[in-house]
Amino acid sequence: MNIHEYQAKQLLARHGVAVPAGDPCKTVEEARVAATKLFAAGHPLAVVKSQIHAGGRGKGTFKHGFQGGVKLAKSVEEAVNFADNMLGKVLVTKQTGPEGRLVQTILVAAAESIRMEFYLAVLLDRNVSRPLIMASTEGGVEIEEVAEKSPEKIIREHVDPAVGLMPYQTRKIASALGLKGDLFNQACKLIAAVYKTWWESDASMVEINPLCIVEGPGGKESIVAVDAKIGLDENALYRHPDIAAMRDLAEESPLEVEASKHALNYIKLDGNIACLVNGAGLAMSTMDIIKHFGGDPANFLDVGGGASKDQVSAAFKIILSDASVKAILVNIFGGIMDCNVIATGIVEAVRETGLKLPLVVRLEGNNVAAGKKTLAESGLTIIGGDSMADAAQKVVKTLRPA
Amino acid sequence: MAILVTPETKILVQGITGSFGARHATLSLAYGSQVVAGVTPGKGGQLFEGKVPIFDTVAEAVKATGATASAVFVPPPFAADAILEGADANLELVVAITEGIPVNDMIRVKRALQGRSTRLIGPNCPGLVTPGTGPQSSGGCRIGIAPGYIHKKGHIGVVSRSGTLTYEAVWQLTCRGVGQSTCVGIGGDPVNGTSHLDVIKRFMADPETPGIIMIGEIGGAAEEEAAEWIAKYGTKPVAGFIAGATAPPGRRMGHAGAIVSGGKGTAQAKIDAFRAAGIGISRTPSEMADTLLRMM
Repeated sequence: MNIHEYQAKQLLARHGVAVPAGDPCKTVEEARVAATKLFAAGHPLAVVKSQIHAGGRGKGTFKHGFQGGVKLAKSVEEAVNFADNMLGKVLVTKQTGPEGRLVQTILVAAAESIRMEFYLAVLLDRNVSRPLIMASTEGGVEIEEVAEKSPEKIIREHVDPAVGLMPYQTRKIASALGLKGDLFNQACKLIAAVYKTWWESDASMVEINPLCIVEGPGGKESIVAVDAKIGLDENALYRHPDIAAMRDLAEESPLEVEASKHALNYIKLDGNIACLVNGAGLAMSTMDIIKHFGGDPANFLDVGGGASKDQVSAAFKIILSDASVKAILVNIFGGIMDCNVIATGIVEAVRETGLKLPLVVRLEGNNVAAGKKTLAESGLTIIGGDSMADAAQKVVKTLRPA
Repeated sequence: MAILVTPETKILVQGITGSFGARHATLSLAYGSQVVAGVTPGKGGQLFEGKVPIFDTVAEAVKATGATASAVFVPPPFAADAILEGADANLELVVAITEGIPVNDMIRVKRALQGRSTRLIGPNCPGLVTPGTGPQSSGGCRIGIAPGYIHKKGHIGVVSRSGTLTYEAVWQLTCRGVGQSTCVGIGGDPVNGTSHLDVIKRFMADPETPGIIMIGEIGGAAEEEAAEWIAKYGTKPVAGFIAGATAPPGRRMGHAGAIVSGGKGTAQAKIDAFRAAGIGISRTPSEMADTLLRMM
């Protein structure tokens, strides 16, 4: 699960990470209050940031023509004007796709006077099953780019989960970043706090890019997390009700939200051949085989190992709410599951929804003969597939002009 | 021969009185596997299906029945504890079927298992099957949730992260009259006890397994690691399939571990690693068995 930048900063601040002063705002009036507070506190500049779960906000364009999802304001009035142009408007960035995202919240924060930018992240290193802290002096750019061009500039420090992050490790990282004196000590504390945020929130990733040395009033330098991104382990949300409440359903595809209510794993794609499969691996490879035979999968849909008739029916309805779907492939390997139960579920769902699209069904496994008989005797035009390859070829063919 | 388990392996089931655990304990018994004990704290002294004794702790169950392997069906919040209880009782094998265990729990479990003799398979896995000689391969060892009847006793080793894709490969083999030595589902989570490579090494060392099917998917680099080892030390034909070539980057495809992030863990990188290691590439999931049989 992803959360917004302002929520990530709330989590970080709760664990002792310094973040710029600021408030999330849902209305223009709230933005005015937040901006007034910042300027009154002596900050010369405020930054107004659109809160959406997608990158490239600064270079994005709103559908009504307003340029930039992140803007610097020199006055309260300017901040209010930016808020008015962002809230309730749709922002298109290189990551949102042409449909863009509705901005419902903005973050109005102090614009720091940045002296240096670093990169800091905590994530799981799957190769060794341990947390990994990554840091770099190359902040403010994409870390993949740094990894490609100058991998030597990335500092890596693994954490032994038996003892947790030790202070000497934070000193190693701060030293490798070239920090001295008070900034060195601040960095050590901040790295420990960021790690604590990662571990205690059950995050899958905490990324601070950029982490900045900023100059405060009177020239005093400090280290601040100017931007932050946190991804969370959905398996662990049950023990963090406060974090689970940060989920923003508006950031997810409505069909995906609906699917999750039925314990279905659905991801919408751009193609026109829908698939309904049991098992994640089989579901992925069903998409792959459709593509292999020249088709375009419309979705990933795993109904799980023990799908019920109701789930099959819900799955059909979700597939059919996608207007771009022109044909359907059902691929079930009923290991323990009874193929006849699935077949009955399919027949009911087809009748209930009045399905007019071509439907290819490949059933294999437990009680398959009875399942095939149920499909054949239903009187519905269901095309049978003998193997995954056969079924995929048949469904692709239904979309070709005869 | 087989790897990890034989038809004689004595199995205990942790969480045997939950609906999921009970269902599959019953199916394993019907398959003819040696399910000798169940563990459910607070229900010690009762009998499962009127014949399998239930214990409060794994240690008691091991002492009373000589079980050496366990299937963990307990719900996610208690699964890490259940796995470590199995290790504490010195089980040879703990197979964690449970899906949805927090990653941080598994990071700690994996660290705690270091230096111990217990091997963990999973979590979020279908378990493993060493087929038997009876009708529809019954009489074998079935730990987990795989359908027993699709197997056939024989000589091909199968290792996979995915459940249904394993069944697909097994069924393709069985339909062609080719049996399996052992089929291992290592699970779809990012932190798991046993890797592709761990299983591949055992198959390579097993004189009764002359050929291997390795099924992988997007995310992580476990398939690449196995391929690199096979390139150097492999002595037997291996056919491979990778799922997820069409998966969009940054999205988790059902399995917690199946995600392409930051350009890492793509299907193409894994297929390239397979090709470089001389692993036969099955271009579609329909050709897994045929790809291997052509190599043998």
